[in-house]
Amino acid sequence: MNMSSTLSPAKNSPRREPFHRRMADPLFGVVTYGLIAVAIVLIVYPLYFIVIASISDPSLVQQGKVVLFPRGITFDGYLTIFGTSTIVRGFANSVLYTVVGTALSVTMILTGAYALSRKDMPGRNLFMILFVITMFFDGGMIARYLVVKELGMLNTMWAVVLPGAVGVWNLIIARTFLQQNLSPELREAAQLDGASDFRFFFGIAIPLSKPLIVLMVMIHLVANWNAFFDAMIYLNDESKYPLQLILRNVLIQSQASASGMDMASMDSTAAAQKMGELLKYSMIVVSTIPLLIAFPFLQRHFIKGATLGALKS
Amino acid sequence: MSHSLTATDVGTTSPTDSDPGAPPQGASPGPPPPRARKHLPTRIFQAWQLYVLLAPALIYLVVFKYWPMYGAQIAFRDYNPVDGFFWSPWVGLDHFVAFVTSFQFERLVANTLTINTVGLLVAFPVPIILALIVNQLPSERFKRMTQTILYAPSFISVVVIVGMIHLLFSPSSGMVNHAISLLGGEPIFFMGTPEWFRPLYIGSDIWQNAGFSMIIYLAALTAIDPSLHEAARMDGANRFQRIRHIDIPGILPVITILFIFAVGNIFNLGFEKVYLMQTDLNLPTSEVINTYVYKTGLQNAQFSYSAAIGLFNSVLNLLLLLTFNWVAKKANQSSLW
Repeated sequence: MNMSSTLSPAKNSPRREPFHRRMADPLFGVVTYGLIAVAIVLIVYPLYFIVIASISDPSLVQQGKVVLFPRGITFDGYLTIFGTSTIVRGFANSVLYTVVGTALSVTMILTGAYALSRKDMPGRNLFMILFVITMFFDGGMIARYLVVKELGMLNTMWAVVLPGAVGVWNLIIARTFLQQNLSPELREAAQLDGASDFRFFFGIAIPLSKPLIVLMVMIHLVANWNAFFDAMIYLNDESKYPLQLILRNVLIQSQASASGMDMASMDSTAAAQKMGELLKYSMIVVSTIPLLIAFPFLQRHFIKGATLGALKS
Repeated sequence: MSHSLTATDVGTTSPTDSDPGAPPQGASPGPPPPRARKHLPTRIFQAWQLYVLLAPALIYLVVFKYWPMYGAQIAFRDYNPVDGFFWSPWVGLDHFVAFVTSFQFERLVANTLTINTVGLLVAFPVPIILALIVNQLPSERFKRMTQTILYAPSFISVVVIVGMIHLLFSPSSGMVNHAISLLGGEPIFFMGTPEWFRPLYIGSDIWQNAGFSMIIYLAALTAIDPSLHEAARMDGANRFQRIRHIDIPGILPVITILFIFAVGNIFNLGFEKVYLMQTDLNLPTSEVINTYVYKTGLQNAQFSYSAAIGLFNSVLNLLLLLTFNWVAKKANQSSLW
């Protein structure tokens, strides 16, 4: 803005710039805003469509008559969801796994990252190498499955929350943060006052690392809420399924009736199919809403994490 | 408690040390504590609380990372649960040979490579372009709003994304096919056509993740010294020229590093989504190494054979990563290590 006013005297100068040079900036503006508008519509419209389809008459949706606004408004999809025990239980399981999984991950990452952030801990580099190696080598899905089986964790919550609990990438982010925010001078001062490493970690490091803790909690809440693969591999008891696995059965395998949905009241398969579509739209909304509500709050921390991880480590 | 130990230890182990390092007396405000001069066992003992803090993550690492790594040897054995990882009979490279000579081999490797290299080449530049464009927006508020909208989809689960694809691209009732018929075209059975698997997979990947990757580049762009832009503007450089000669070179190191990472993951990325997007009809293009490992290994219980395939996959992956890192190092001095 300021620069353009500085440049403006140049317009009065006798030498005019060639046409393509003068037009480059306005043209660029048009292209910029055009592309951004297209991108925004491409992102927003499908999401908006899912929402309006979830409260519209399914036959109108199927005929393609619901485009910009919901039509033939109905809340049957949502009513059915909240009346279906499989889904409600899946929701409850997901909440449990997400809370336990997040608590475990964040605890292990914070304590581990703090120890690794201490340059005076003998063996620090060796431990760090041990962690980093696992970013490049991996025992593989089969061996991991056999280990989980060996541990007797199959078909328990632990198989869902433990095998992926500590991501090395997150550990590095946390360690970087702790290294940057806790100066050695601070620790030495605390040591002079007689604080042990435990005291320093719980009494000083943790309270000073709130942004990091919030970031780690956010990352793991989202990841745990959205996870389905470990549950698919390790759980076989349907009553333990998290929401994402039930969603997968309903949305993708279309086994609506097999997974306990009450279809007896439907008088024909066509009606069942329509109801099924409505249910799918509503389930997408219901399963995504916890994150969308949290989204405005989450996003700041995610930006921090993404940039910290990629730029500073 | 540890402090009194410290003092006595230092006293006995390094008698020349006139000023004992850790000062329980509180009366030694001397210069930096002479930590470096202490013996290793002393330092290890002093740090015991740190090891306690490290223990949970370390135990996790051993149990869930290194134990499976040790277990990966079943790729060279005929695993049975009774004999376990180490005592199951050794068969050498039999499983690898069986895989490489199987009729599946070519198709699996080709599919894996195609979906991932094409995906990488098509999807990788998108967030960079988005970042360069969004960075040009003059208003901070509009910039932030755009950013927020563009990466909202990264919070949506893979299951829901694939569910959305099924719904929106459904041949009879999907929004996309309605649009196609409206424009006078024939409805397409997207999820049942092998040719459509890759475009859908890559397209939805861009839709979901480009916005989030963009943030990293945007952060790198804001780190560029604004005086460079001002100087260029003074010299009459237009926006295209400033992007080409200031912005792109400025974020090139970040681009390189993310590219190496992406290449290193070429055999790994998105396997969950591939699996979810598979239908019986699109298998000719959608069956990749990892989905095959899952099916033969965990669904058909051929543990050793599938572990061998998985290992084959990981080794290819690592070789690719090392090669690209080496190339990047030669080319422009920015690499992972």
